[in-house]
Amino acid sequence: MNSFFERRYIIAGIFIAFILLLLGRLFYIQVVDDRYALYASQNVIRKMIQYPARGPILDRNGKIMVQSDIIYDIMVIPKQVTPFDTIEFCKLLGIDKAGYDKRMAKARKYSPYRASVFEKQLSPQLYATFQERLSEFVGFFPQQRPVRSYPDSAAAQFLGYIGEVTDPIIKRSGGYYSPGDYIGISGVERSYETVLRGQRGVLNKMVDSRNQPKGSYANGAFDTVAVAGEKLVSSLDMTIQKLGEELMRNKIGSIVAIEPSTGEILCFVSSPTYDPNLLVGKQRGNNAAALYKDPYKPFFVRPVQALYPPGSSFKPLSALIAMQEGMITPQTVYVCPGYYQAGNRRIPCFHHEVHGAVNLSSAIAHSCNGYFDMVFEKLVNRFGTRNVDTGYGAWRNNVAKFGLGTRLDLDLPGESRGLLPKADYYDKMYRKGGWRSSTVISLGIGQGELSATPLQLANIEAIIANRGFYYKPHLIKAIGDKRIIKKEYTVRNYVGVDSGYFRYAIDGMQQVVDVGTANGSKIPGIVMCGKTGTAQITNQKDNSVFVAFAPRDNPKIAIAVIVEKSGQGATWAAPIASFIVEKYLTGKISTRASGIFPEYYMNANLLPPVVLTATEKRQRHVDSLKKAQVDSLSKLKLKAAANQQVPGAPKGKQPLSQPTAMLPKRKDNE
Amino acid sequence: MNNSNQRSSFFSNVDWLTVFLFITLCVIGWFNIHAAVYDENKPSIIDTDTRYGKQFIYIVVAIVLAMLILLLESRFLSALAPFFYVTTVLLLLLVLVVGHNVGGNQAWIDMGGGFRLQPSEFAKFATCLLLARYLSATNVKVTDPKSFIIAGGIILLPMVLIKMQPDDGSTLVFCSLVFVLYREGLSPYFLIVVGLLVTLFITSLLFPSAYVVAVIVIATVLISLTIKRNRPLIFKVIIGAAISIAFVFGVKPLYEHGLKPHQRKRIDVVLGLTRDIKGVGYNQNQAKIAIGSGGAWGKGYLQGTQTKYAFVPAQSTDFIFCTIGEEWGFAGSVVVLGLYLFLLLRIVHIAERQRAPFSRIYGYGVASIIFFHVLINIAMAIGVMPVIGIPLPFISYGGSSLLSFTILLFILLKLDSNRMGVIHG
Repeated sequence: MNSFFERRYIIAGIFIAFILLLLGRLFYIQVVDDRYALYASQNVIRKMIQYPARGPILDRNGKIMVQSDIIYDIMVIPKQVTPFDTIEFCKLLGIDKAGYDKRMAKARKYSPYRASVFEKQLSPQLYATFQERLSEFVGFFPQQRPVRSYPDSAAAQFLGYIGEVTDPIIKRSGGYYSPGDYIGISGVERSYETVLRGQRGVLNKMVDSRNQPKGSYANGAFDTVAVAGEKLVSSLDMTIQKLGEELMRNKIGSIVAIEPSTGEILCFVSSPTYDPNLLVGKQRGNNAAALYKDPYKPFFVRPVQALYPPGSSFKPLSALIAMQEGMITPQTVYVCPGYYQAGNRRIPCFHHEVHGAVNLSSAIAHSCNGYFDMVFEKLVNRFGTRNVDTGYGAWRNNVAKFGLGTRLDLDLPGESRGLLPKADYYDKMYRKGGWRSSTVISLGIGQGELSATPLQLANIEAIIANRGFYYKPHLIKAIGDKRIIKKEYTVRNYVGVDSGYFRYAIDGMQQVVDVGTANGSKIPGIVMCGKTGTAQITNQKDNSVFVAFAPRDNPKIAIAVIVEKSGQGATWAAPIASFIVEKYLTGKISTRASGIFPEYYMNANLLPPVVLTATEKRQRHVDSLKKAQVDSLSKLKLKAAANQQVPGAPKGKQPLSQPTAMLPKRKDNE
Repeated sequence: MNNSNQRSSFFSNVDWLTVFLFITLCVIGWFNIHAAVYDENKPSIIDTDTRYGKQFIYIVVAIVLAMLILLLESRFLSALAPFFYVTTVLLLLLVLVVGHNVGGNQAWIDMGGGFRLQPSEFAKFATCLLLARYLSATNVKVTDPKSFIIAGGIILLPMVLIKMQPDDGSTLVFCSLVFVLYREGLSPYFLIVVGLLVTLFITSLLFPSAYVVAVIVIATVLISLTIKRNRPLIFKVIIGAAISIAFVFGVKPLYEHGLKPHQRKRIDVVLGLTRDIKGVGYNQNQAKIAIGSGGAWGKGYLQGTQTKYAFVPAQSTDFIFCTIGEEWGFAGSVVVLGLYLFLLLRIVHIAERQRAPFSRIYGYGVASIIFFHVLINIAMAIGVMPVIGIPLPFISYGGSSLLSFTILLFILLKLDSNRMGVIHG
């Protein structure tokens, strides 16, 4: 009856075979293929990046200049988003459906599986509401972000600002930054980014399939703690910084003050400035765009990017080099007829004043052009008038040691070199042998192709104050709680002039303030040594320049003040410098014999009228059209513009960087 | 045969090994249901508010039911087979009218008190019983076309009714009874042809028809060359090849027009023709992730994140194997599949030791049905088969499923415990 008995083995064989096939497949996915473990942890683990507080920046007296607050961004992981009430969601965030679609498309483009920013910088109330309803919006989560706040609204260009990382930065960072992260874009925020940003932490949180939090993963075994960014102690003195910004209100120009004994920068005013708090929060994009369009270019970091002819402020340096090279002695006398005859050129003194017999000190005190043209010719022709290029090269080397024509390597991005032409520059311009000392005579009084940043000018004063050396100027004097100071800032840089020669130049500079061109700015009880400078620009008002240090013995501050297109050095720059020096040294501003007082200078509006180039005019027209057209779209574009403009983009447009020596109607003054 | 004899044989003749396997699988199921739907507020495994508490009750009921079955008179089973079958068929008709619809399948009849009856579960043992009774009749042979058609009809009738619910999974299970027919003498070509058709179906969906046809032609030539002396066989092979080629070209139109869109999607996902991680493929992908992430030794009891945080759907019923795979790893997979294989081979062994053809045929029916459930359920969970909702025997949550498998198995054990009785009586 039991036929086909042997078929039991075939059936059992089939059972065994299929069970083994299943086990084989199970072996593969469970043991061999380890992707699934990864997928499972991706499902359940949300890596919450803990953003450390960005380091605060203090001034030299421990006053907070910038600190971090916490706000929240809404992040999205597009692949995790499940259908939900989009309308309600949009209403909550105050965006429309088109805005929603655009944000999603952007996030998806970055990565469907990685988090990117959906909406930035929620207000605390909005964040609270959103947090409550988080479970309805699968795939969305809040992310802490640091925002900067500036209690004093000051030192904007010094501090710089932070902004969202751009795509190239993300690529270059090798995965450290992701969209929505903030990075220092300019100023100290940028140059000390790695110190300020601190170390990020990661919290591994678990969520269920509906994105409900379910506690920490593996009891936090894989979590790392965020380490707050280091505290930076800046060299700035907030008191004089603020005073300086007020004095420079409605003026274009710079103030740079340096502590000669350390190279620490005490005051770093770039005017016009802006309130750094404008570049924080939701309105950041609009504000940045408005600032970018400002014709006075507040993002331009004038102390290190603007170039000015040093003008007469260059004269003490000339005197020092000539003494060191043995071309003159302090007693060398020059009889000034009210001009200097260089070849067939006549260079007049200021207002064609006749100085008569002047020595080194009085030449400085009265800013006699003739004396310094004479000095310059002696230096340049020291190997004979035929070997002017060799003589010029030697002169150039002497000047370069004072930090002109080279970057001082300030701890701030975008520093300019200034201009100190080499001999072959003139060879090209006039052919070799085609130029003589008289051709380049304007250099002797700090004009011509010579141009320098306010920082370089202030540094020259620090050199004179130190009688022959300088420390690299720097903005950050100590990093972190250990107050680390960079080694390079403790090295003396000698300029190759013996300290003994300095007193003659300094005598002249003291006279400038005591009895000379700047005597209206004399500070009661303080011996300030300075030099005015006035550089005329064709058809415009002069740049007012004043450089100084004080007190004469054991100097505490060296300063350079430039007020563009305002008038003579003694009129604007010198009084402003004197107020800052006095405030720094004594903590107050006393009544002056000349009757000047700070409020007058604070309230003066010296902004030159805006002159737009044809391209700029066209651009403005287009811009206004665009603005009328789209509003929501412009936000992004403006942000891009704001990012682009950092730093130096407008450098080329700066009206003051033009070489003045070759202008036909140039006048060398004071 | 007196009562005392009957009672002593009740204990001595029961196949305790099978009972042990049965209880082990039930307990494994119970613990994994506990892990799958674990509620931190109700940690007790016998809390009857929870599925694990309920499953505990079902297991107790199943054991009581098993004992009752063992106390039955075994001749009674064969005699009542038509009655069971007719009742089930009527219930299957009834469910189409008054049935309760869950997840698109109208498969449940409300019994009151929160309990539901799933007639398709009970159709399995009723069909097995009637098939066994019919095939064991002395004048019936499967090789006889008339008998084959009647036997096929017995299997097809519940299939058609269940398909109308439409419960594809349960419908498919009845196909497994082809093993029973094979064991009783059905031509092996039947198995080979079915296997060949399935292979061709899948390959022609995966590869261009031209490639598949080329492979068939090459295979035909090679086979013909090796058996060139046997001309009639060559002829058969060539006929078979021709039919295969026709089938290959027919598959695509059949597939595109003969299946419903959702069925097509499920198959597409398994074959890797579409990558739809969020849509149709979501469940299967999450199931695969759960099992795959278990590794060799698993994440440990109640530690499966995929399971605990509800990434896997239907994780206490159709996808219960995910919990096993995730928390117990490959080791757990080996144990569970090992237990099933052991059980299947034991059932085959039991079936073969029967003297009565009725018992043997029924035994093969039990083995086939359990085998198909295990195969399809686990293959589905690890993503090598489309999603077909059928439970894992004795392990998945659910009273109807557990009780119907218990009845299925214990009727066999009852028949087995009485296997000597046929000679005596």
